[in-house]
Amino acid sequence: MPYVPTRYFCLIVALVTIAIAFASRLATNDYFFFAGYVVLQYVVMATAWNILGGYTGYVNFGTAGFFAIGAYSAVVMHKLFEPPLIASIVVGGFMAGLVGLGMGYLTLRLRGVFFAIATLALAIVLQTLVTNWDFVGGARGVYIIRPETGPFGHPYIQYLFVLMLALSAVAICIARAIEHSKLGYGLATIRDDELAAEAAGVPTLRLKLIATVLSGALMGMAGAPLPYYVTYLDPSSGFNLAFAVNSIAMPLIGGTSSWLGPLIGAVLLATIQQIATVTISSALNLLIVGVIMVAFVTIAPNGILGLFERGVRARRRPAEKEAA
Amino acid sequence: MSALLQVEKLGKRFGGFVALEGIDLEVTAGERVGLIGPNGSGKSTLVNCITGALRNESGTVHFDGKRLDRLPAHSRTRLGLARSFQLPKPFHSMTVAENLHVPALYTVNARHGQHLSPAQIDARVDEVLTQVGLHEKANRRPRDLTQIEMRKLELARAMTAEPKLLIADEAMAGLSHSEVDDILALLLRLNAQGVTVIMIEHIMRAVTSFSQRLVVLVAGRKIADGAPEEVVRNPEVVKAYIGE
Ligand SMILES: Nc1ncnc2c1ncn2[C@@H]1O[C@H](COP(=O)(O)OP(=O)(O)OP(=O)(O)O)[C@@H](O)[C@H]1O
Ligand SMILES: [Mg+2]
Repeated sequence: MPYVPTRYFCLIVALVTIAIAFASRLATNDYFFFAGYVVLQYVVMATAWNILGGYTGYVNFGTAGFFAIGAYSAVVMHKLFEPPLIASIVVGGFMAGLVGLGMGYLTLRLRGVFFAIATLALAIVLQTLVTNWDFVGGARGVYIIRPETGPFGHPYIQYLFVLMLALSAVAICIARAIEHSKLGYGLATIRDDELAAEAAGVPTLRLKLIATVLSGALMGMAGAPLPYYVTYLDPSSGFNLAFAVNSIAMPLIGGTSSWLGPLIGAVLLATIQQIATVTISSALNLLIVGVIMVAFVTIAPNGILGLFERGVRARRRPAEKEAA
Repeated sequence: MSALLQVEKLGKRFGGFVALEGIDLEVTAGERVGLIGPNGSGKSTLVNCITGALRNESGTVHFDGKRLDRLPAHSRTRLGLARSFQLPKPFHSMTVAENLHVPALYTVNARHGQHLSPAQIDARVDEVLTQVGLHEKANRRPRDLTQIEMRKLELARAMTAEPKLLIADEAMAGLSHSEVDDILALLLRLNAQGVTVIMIEHIMRAVTSFSQRLVVLVAGRKIADGAPEEVVRNPEVVKAYIGE
């Protein structure tokens, strides 16, 4: 594939985003927006997870925690000021980024499975805190009244859909920009070998913190609109295990080596889940993810992208032989 | 003129095991020093403490007039201290050329008053790959390399950082006679260009012909330090090697 400079890539993403936003006007049923919102939310989550998990090699099991920080930041904002949702998204992203920074500092020395467990513990601690915090509803949960219409007079769910679409575009642009930058090289060296990275002059600590902050902030932004989407939020839904499982499974299934993998994985898996929810039952969702993940781990450990690349290489090889 | 590298009373333990004790070592700018010793005598551990991959509990390391002890490894590399790893540690998701881009981007370009453009980096990477004989493999991944090529990659990555002091930790193990000569010639050329070199090596022919001075470690202590001809006749050194 020819190399496309990041600014053109982002321009293309912006155009595609606008095209999808306009095309969605053709949808006659609000269900499309409800389902589409969830798919896009996972595009952001999977892309965010991949910045730390795929590019940097640090597996975060605490994604639900970051997501919920965004959601509960929006609840707090709503109760205090009822600001425009975009302000809550910014605040949610900021708070989750801050927690990402803290997590990065606390878990600096942890690698592999120990890091993963620490992130899981972080999510549990956060959930416990929120469960005992009455201002945001505690264990009982909190009701948020969703406005009838968005700022442009369309039904609010359409506004939520477009916001999540825009967030997806932002996340994908960030991921892609990282991939082709000095930062991307640095993160890859951390994933490959931290000692060798330091020896080559890579400030591994600083780069890890950049990755945890970026990844956490994007997850928080994805979570901020949630209260308006569900209208009733309690800790067990905000910190739902499904968020964590999905945002890990999607990049793994799509492929962790580039921005495209999480996008493919999220669209594929979230769509299957949405269909399954309607046609069979929502209880089946995690089972489906589990089965698909096991299948991929055994058959295609590098995800769909990996399968594709292998196919390209296999086709290219005979040609190389002829040339030689 | 003070030494380029000055190690004083350096000590390192692993749990209860004393890996290094009271190591004093001075290396002058432009020197070629060979560091030898039986397996497990602490050579790599000393390199790790000097370069910051490990933290020494006691003693100090000064480099180019600066105290290194509390600096992270990457800052030391940027100050001009580069090393190759005894067990090659390539960045396996990158091509061979990309492996060399890392020190160019993160070390050379992080130094004051230096900024290589992408084209200059490419040229520099090409040059180093040609010097170590890996040019043909520039676009291969480390998994396609032989063990020997992997060692050359280690050396190439250290060279790309444009160090003042290069520490080569057994860069020649497993190489054929002529390949050893190639690497020796390469290191001599670097040294002639002003790079100070510490060579850790088991191949005696290589170290003795290369080094102006030999330092011997045995069981975490320095037992000899001097001209190669004298050191290899030193009874303690002979005993350590025969006793092995
Ligand atoms: N990370 C570590 N943890 C515990 N012990 C270690 C560690 N690294 C090295 N050692 C021990 O310290 C001693 C010195 O090891 P070192 O690798 O420095 O030896 P060396 O002189 O480089 O040997 P070789 O010639 O085999 O490379 C050995 O006994 C080794 O087992
Ligand atoms: Mg060693």
